[in-house]
Amino acid sequence: MLNRLLAGVLALFAAAFWADAREAVPVGQDPAIEQRMMKLSEELRCLVCQNQTLADSQADLAADLRQEIRELMQKGQTDEQVKRYLVARYGDFVLYRPPLKWATWLLWFGPALLMVAGLAALYGVLLRRRRLVADEPLTADQEKRAAALLAEDESQPS
Amino acid sequence: MRYLRFLIPLAAFAVLTGFLMKGLWMDPHTVPSPLIGKPAPAFRLTQVADPAKSVSRDEMLGKVWLLNVWASWCVSCRDEHPVLVDFSKTGIVPIYGLDYKDTRVEALKWLDQFGNPYDVSLFDPDGRVGIDYGVYGVPETYVIDKTGTIRYKQIGPITPEILHEKIVPLVRKLNA
Repeated sequence: MLNRLLAGVLALFAAAFWADAREAVPVGQDPAIEQRMMKLSEELRCLVCQNQTLADSQADLAADLRQEIRELMQKGQTDEQVKRYLVARYGDFVLYRPPLKWATWLLWFGPALLMVAGLAALYGVLLRRRRLVADEPLTADQEKRAAALLAEDESQPS
Repeated sequence: MRYLRFLIPLAAFAVLTGFLMKGLWMDPHTVPSPLIGKPAPAFRLTQVADPAKSVSRDEMLGKVWLLNVWASWCVSCRDEHPVLVDFSKTGIVPIYGLDYKDTRVEALKWLDQFGNPYDVSLFDPDGRVGIDYGVYGVPETYVIDKTGTIRYKQIGPITPEILHEKIVPLVRKLNA
């Protein structure tokens, strides 16, 4: 009984394995182009599922675009040309690293600006705090009072 | 001066909230098309109804027309379709369909079932022309002018409001 069960489980595993093997994504003929394509598509956004790269996405359009990139590369286009091809159709949004221009200036430098502002604020606060605890020399009057208090303390130990 | 301590963060918060509020009403799937104001990409495609007949972009020069990307597998196209069918009856502008990544059999069945608003439907089974037009979510609709320039792109279904507030006035202007 147990043996049968075990055999069944093994068969299931084997079936899963084979099913998996059959479903493997077909790889393009040229491994060099395949590698370039995958590397480039990691920098490109899938427009259907916008938080995935073209390399990750299972969307139909992403598969089509990967195929398109493959073919463009086979025609000898550079990565830059492929990017331009896609930007012409889908806009800068396909690029995960948007180009530097006036519209994206805040996007690029906003975080740095925020950090500078934060550091400046922190510096200001620390400076003010240091001023609050800064040592100020006692006046002659205060010195006398302090000495009197200390003397009093010493004369009657608790 | 004392108020400033509170007013500056409050103002910053208000600005941030303003941007976030605006974001609430924006559709993240609407990506502005870089093709607006540019020549419509060239194509030569066969018709859905007749594989022997083809249409090219250049044959469309000289008239204002709509290119509506649809597919029988597209769910939101079903919402849009009655609007298009009604609109096609007014004859204001020719509507050409781009049947995107579909099969002829399914496409024809769909048109039979829901009505055919298109002057002609072009058949783009592998989505190549779709890529040239920057299609990423069906349905999409382009308004193309007499010189073959794309003037407007609607991403997602056309509603009667969009039709009457944007597309019809634009077509009239382009035809004037």
